[in-house]
Amino acid sequence: MAETPLLEVRNLEVSVAETEILTGLDLRVNVGEVHAIMGPNGSGKSTFANVLAGKPGYTVTGGEVQYEGKDLLKMLPDERARAGVFLAFQYPVELPGIKTREFLRTAVDVRREERGEERIKVREFNKLLEERAKAVDLDSAMVKRSVNEGFSGGEKKRNEILQLSVLDPKLALLDETDSGLDIDALKIVAEGVNRFRGPEKAIVLVTHYQRVLNYITPDYIHVLIDGRIVRSGGPELALELEAKGYDWLRETVESGSTA
Amino acid sequence: MVAPKAPSKKVISRESKLDSDYKWGFVTETDGDRLPKGINEDIVRLIAGKNNEPEWLVEWRLKAYRHWASLDYEEPQWAMVDFPPIDYQDIYYYASPFKEKRPESLDDVDPEVLEAFTKLGIPLEEQKQLSGVAVDAVFDSVSVATTYQKQLEDVGVIFCSMSEAIEKHPELVQKYMGSVVPYTDNFFASLNSAVFSDGTFCYVPPGVRCPVELMTYFRMNSEGTGQFERTLIIADKGSYVSYLEGCTAPMRKTSQLHAAVVELIALDDAEIKYSTLQNWYPGDKEGRGGVYNFVTKRGKAAGRNSKISWTQVETGSAITWKYPSVILQGDNSVGEFYSVALVNNRQQADTGTKMIHIGKNTKSTIIAKGISAGKAQNTYRGLVRIMPGAENARNFTRCDSLLVGDECGAHTVPYIEVRNKSAHMEHEATTSKVSEDQLFYLMQRGISEEEAQYMIINGFCKGVFQELPFEFAMEASQLLKVSLEGVVG
Repeated sequence: MAETPLLEVRNLEVSVAETEILTGLDLRVNVGEVHAIMGPNGSGKSTFANVLAGKPGYTVTGGEVQYEGKDLLKMLPDERARAGVFLAFQYPVELPGIKTREFLRTAVDVRREERGEERIKVREFNKLLEERAKAVDLDSAMVKRSVNEGFSGGEKKRNEILQLSVLDPKLALLDETDSGLDIDALKIVAEGVNRFRGPEKAIVLVTHYQRVLNYITPDYIHVLIDGRIVRSGGPELALELEAKGYDWLRETVESGSTA
Repeated sequence: MVAPKAPSKKVISRESKLDSDYKWGFVTETDGDRLPKGINEDIVRLIAGKNNEPEWLVEWRLKAYRHWASLDYEEPQWAMVDFPPIDYQDIYYYASPFKEKRPESLDDVDPEVLEAFTKLGIPLEEQKQLSGVAVDAVFDSVSVATTYQKQLEDVGVIFCSMSEAIEKHPELVQKYMGSVVPYTDNFFASLNSAVFSDGTFCYVPPGVRCPVELMTYFRMNSEGTGQFERTLIIADKGSYVSYLEGCTAPMRKTSQLHAAVVELIALDDAEIKYSTLQNWYPGDKEGRGGVYNFVTKRGKAAGRNSKISWTQVETGSAITWKYPSVILQGDNSVGEFYSVALVNNRQQADTGTKMIHIGKNTKSTIIAKGISAGKAQNTYRGLVRIMPGAENARNFTRCDSLLVGDECGAHTVPYIEVRNKSAHMEHEATTSKVSEDQLFYLMQRGISEEEAQYMIINGFCKGVFQELPFEFAMEASQLLKVSLEGVVG
């Protein structure tokens, strides 16, 4: 008997303010797998990541999403998060007056609480956080500051990876985590993602560029155009895209859809 | 040696089985004393008589009463608050849990009254007292007990009820009472001057750093009763005192009037830090009942290098009308005002400060954070006045408003009067809404919407909370949380 996939998306259709963005997206993700979703601007990549995380403002008009066999779309965003869905944001917001350290400790504690465990000891947590911050090259003074306040673009992205590592979810959705990073920062972020990777984890990585895949090798690559996946393949697909661009696939889609 | 475990300093928050968001709304049955309803010269004399007041004070009260009566029930109209006419003849101006004078010993205080304070987290019995905080407990019109008095006396600090101060330190009271807020100051201050019944008095002698936090806890209990207390704090040369007040009241369908006067005087090199957690009953969701908190608070930084700092967290009351102010008279004196005002449901707040710069090199800072939720209205109103002689005066003002939902309002009304060209003025103001993106970010990390909302608002208030003594900052946070219950969903 086949194992239940961690994430199963069937024929997902999503609109934003009457405009159709996703037009029938299918995806199946098992634990242990890394999927990259690539596509041109406006193809619906970020919408897909946001809808999975439960961001308000999107209307699901069709299809379904199962996470560990449960209806993900019925769950509140915080329930999804506690069930192990993590979104690394493309544009992380600033949270004035909320210190990263306390914010993340609260996030850890709500998970523990749900499992009926005691709150984490402050000292234990601080030690963990310091260690993990070092791993993504964030100064330990930064975790004592308000979340993302005054952080550079690269620092914000590294802070997302820090949170990924501390919260230890099952499914990581990385929304253009590579965009706007210089090569050193990209390496740090990729290392963080690779450390997270494992037989019990799954990653869905949304990106515009092939560059990040030099550092994070996916098991599968899917090409998203006009709201659905038009081509899936192994890592070699990235190189083909790099050489030919997205237009090549767009043409295939258009000729195919008229058939 | 093992130190005895200090009781926790829970001041405002308290678990309760009451079926309401307001957890301090219980009523205490007392078998005390009360004067008939209404106000006239006889009532004023009777209140003075309760305390055998000296003739000068009785006269002062009567002058205040006559001035107030000449105002013909005309309250100030300029504030952005709206309430039905108050029938000043339908209020009890004096209610006491005691039949006669306040008993010398706590053993003779009605156990119900002591129990009320224990329930509020302010146990008065010696073995249970809060550690490191001296408390004056005011119940309706009178002070019930004052803790730590002996220890304070040893260092020369006078901390007692106003009635005791009038009896034992009349020269200090006479010298300073009304010196900052004259009885003609405004409608509610005049009313208070006529009928004030008790309150807190504090004098810190030269060079003394008050060893504990001083606190007054105000409890309004009896129905239809107004509370009119006076607080007078004098920090003599080179002294320091940190004072905190907390307030709660039972839930009543009708509104209750609270018209207090607070006067602070800081002499040369002295510093007074005054913190308020105001949690009077705010009324129900439809705006029925609740306390009208019409309060005059003013400090005079009279001496050179003196400093007066107000920090207030206002979450209660149906209507808040208060402007804790500083007269910066001494050269190099400093005035500060840090405020969080949160209104929910139908609450209205019109609050802010006045900084009057008179001395040279005087400096004032105003940080005001207003949060509006439900259908509530919140107004910041502040005056900064630089007098001609105030060379090199500086002011920094920052007012931030945060809106929760679409039906509430936030208003900022700054008044700036500069009569000396050397002044440096800075004014910043922002209005924002709790952003969907911030909420989603927190929720994506597993935090519930209600908790996320609270974290954002708490973060917004950080700059003010950090000015409070540590334990009270925790309390303030807690209070914010309780006041926001029901905002989400």
